[in-house]
Amino acid sequence: MKDLYEVQRAMRNMRRQAMQRGVIAVLDIGTSKIACLVLQFDGPSQFRETDGVGPMAGQSNFRVIGTATTRSRGMRYGEIETMAETERAIRTVIQSAQKVAGVRVDHVIACISGARPASYGLAGEIALPAGKVTEGDVARVLASCDVPDFGRGREVLHAQPVNFALDGRSGLSDPRDQSGSRLACDMHVLTIDGDAAGNLEHCIRRCDMELAGVASASYASGLAALVEDEQELGAACIDLGGGTTGVSVFIKKHMIFADAVRVGGELITQDIAKGLRVSHAVAERLKTLHGGLEATGRDDREMIELGGETGDWETDRRSVSRADLIGIMRPRVEEILENVAGILDAAGFDSMPSRQIVLTGGGSQIPGLDVLASRMLGQNVRIGRPLRIQGLPHNATAPGFSSAIGLALLTAHPQDEWWDFDMPAEHYPARSLRRAYRWFRNNW
Amino acid sequence: MQGLNPFQRGQGDGGRPAPVRHVPSRPAPQPQRPVRKDPAPSRLAYRLNRMMLRPLVRRLVHVGLPAFLAALVAGIWLSDDTRRANLTGGLDAIVDRIQHREAFMVKMMTIEGASPVVDKGLRAMLPVDLPASSFEIDLEKLRERVLKLDAVEAVDLRIKPGGILSAVVTERVPAVLWRHARGIEILDKTGHRVASVTARDIRSDLPIISGEGADRAAAEALALIDAAGPILPRLRGLERMGERRWDVVLDRGQRIKLPETGALQALERAIALDRAQHMLERDITVVDLRKQQRPVVRLGLDAQNAIRRARGQPELGPDGQPIAAKATNGRKKSG
Repeated sequence: MKDLYEVQRAMRNMRRQAMQRGVIAVLDIGTSKIACLVLQFDGPSQFRETDGVGPMAGQSNFRVIGTATTRSRGMRYGEIETMAETERAIRTVIQSAQKVAGVRVDHVIACISGARPASYGLAGEIALPAGKVTEGDVARVLASCDVPDFGRGREVLHAQPVNFALDGRSGLSDPRDQSGSRLACDMHVLTIDGDAAGNLEHCIRRCDMELAGVASASYASGLAALVEDEQELGAACIDLGGGTTGVSVFIKKHMIFADAVRVGGELITQDIAKGLRVSHAVAERLKTLHGGLEATGRDDREMIELGGETGDWETDRRSVSRADLIGIMRPRVEEILENVAGILDAAGFDSMPSRQIVLTGGGSQIPGLDVLASRMLGQNVRIGRPLRIQGLPHNATAPGFSSAIGLALLTAHPQDEWWDFDMPAEHYPARSLRRAYRWFRNNW
Repeated sequence: MQGLNPFQRGQGDGGRPAPVRHVPSRPAPQPQRPVRKDPAPSRLAYRLNRMMLRPLVRRLVHVGLPAFLAALVAGIWLSDDTRRANLTGGLDAIVDRIQHREAFMVKMMTIEGASPVVDKGLRAMLPVDLPASSFEIDLEKLRERVLKLDAVEAVDLRIKPGGILSAVVTERVPAVLWRHARGIEILDKTGHRVASVTARDIRSDLPIISGEGADRAAAEALALIDAAGPILPRLRGLERMGERRWDVVLDRGQRIKLPETGALQALERAIALDRAQHMLERDITVVDLRKQQRPVVRLGLDAQNAIRRARGQPELGPDGQPIAAKATNGRKKSG
């Protein structure tokens, strides 16, 4: 985990540089669309205390100055499949966002939605010789967590301390300077496929941008779509994306679990295209304009012109009832929600005090989804729109932008990660002594 | 799902011969659809776009490059002598055409209040031959040059509508003659030179003053002459002594030495003395009024000799020495 520490540290430094420069881009590379927000950080002095706008968890100190969206290319299941195509799409979106913003952006924070995320809860415990928790002790207890074998080619995306316990007093968020004899911590680690992360980094580097951070898309959309109470009391955010459906579970304002299902809205479109024998574009149009999940008697009479431009009159003049369309879409959505329910069961969501479920992402706009989801997942279901941030154009406030907006919030107000604490001192000497020895040997 | 299978099969099975179909030898060429352009920018375009977003590069391209190109084109175009000459010639011609419009032409010059000499001088001073454009006549410079003429006190130059250059001249009035080592000059009442004369007789109506620096005190001299009322017929002139005070020179070699300050009062005092005691009619060479408290009078030779005769002293010769003593002295010298 040593090199990981260094890499993440470097990204944090990059992020600090970008904040000093004041402009940073946020890139949400999804399966169906790529969104880019250009953020400008111009200090916290925009609002005064008397305006009644408090610090708002760091959301008031930045502004969106450029937004661009483009159709995603070369992506599948939230992973990069064709590097060159994805690179082109990233170039397109960054160039148009820069054009809107009118400034050059050099640093980008990206989120990755697929790449088979896996959550681990780690625990560590140390004795406190000083009888008091110091900064170094926090780092030490984080380093003392017993790391399981993540598997080959896995990389840690998030490693967040979620809970500290001091002599049996649990639930501390900041144990520093408190007295006690034993410090224990719980850490949530999210790992993803290292190759996918490497591909993403490579693509962004090919676009002459510096990667200043990577986050999980399901985590980011949870940050944007859950309100503060839900994050505190416990909720799950389900991000119905194009290629993947991300699930993240929050409690006490910390993510404790994240996963992704490799089924998404693209699959619904594919079903429609196959079932109605129409092109992908026509199927997408049918899904977005006429799609639904709850069939009523009226839907039988509502005929939808399929359209199309195959050139065959008979084929292009067909029409189906809306009930037919719902009949195609509903099983697939049910399948997605079943998968999500399985994940939530595995995560132990049933044992949470408040079982709020928030649906967001582009797929959450299907009419009737809330009814279906509450029937399948539990009673407390709502459709979540992302938080409103300053300067965001209206067409980017849709649920589909929740991971981009959550990433912007995360950029403005980053979560403490394991690598934000200083490396424990005992890890240093061996390596530096060895380096000094090598230097002497090479020079004398 | 009705409507999904538009192809009904089994319409009449066999039996009927296939209809004759005229198959065109080759499918008609379909109009080629325009290939949709990739919306993504190429790597080069992307890099150029990002480069253009740098503020320095942007300013360079938007300001520096056009300025450089304009300068380059202008420089190349102007590097040819003929073109440069054409350009300047063309510009000059335009300026010339505008300046020589009928409305700007000055056709004649009128001079008021000038003597014939000044009139001639003024006309000679005009830098251009009339008719000329009013742009070529610099009135301010011309006025300065005219004012350098000693005889002119003030001049009012203007170009009147109708192309008339009008000059209204105020000449200096001669007030006094000044005789100095280099000749005789006429001065006006402020002491400024008006003209030179060759002889005093040319302007015998003017009083005369002499001595170095007399022109600078001409105003005082004129006041003294004005005040000289009763002795005016006897007045020969005023002489400036050591550039600081005046001597009034009367005929018969009489002189009134006036002080540096209060000369006018001193002269009036002398005139009062003269009026009371006919002082100046007596044999007195010099009346010295330089010290106000103690006027001194130098007697003439005849008067002195009359006193000496009455006292029984030897008389004085014209050189101021006693005659007898002078004789003995001469004898001693010769002996």
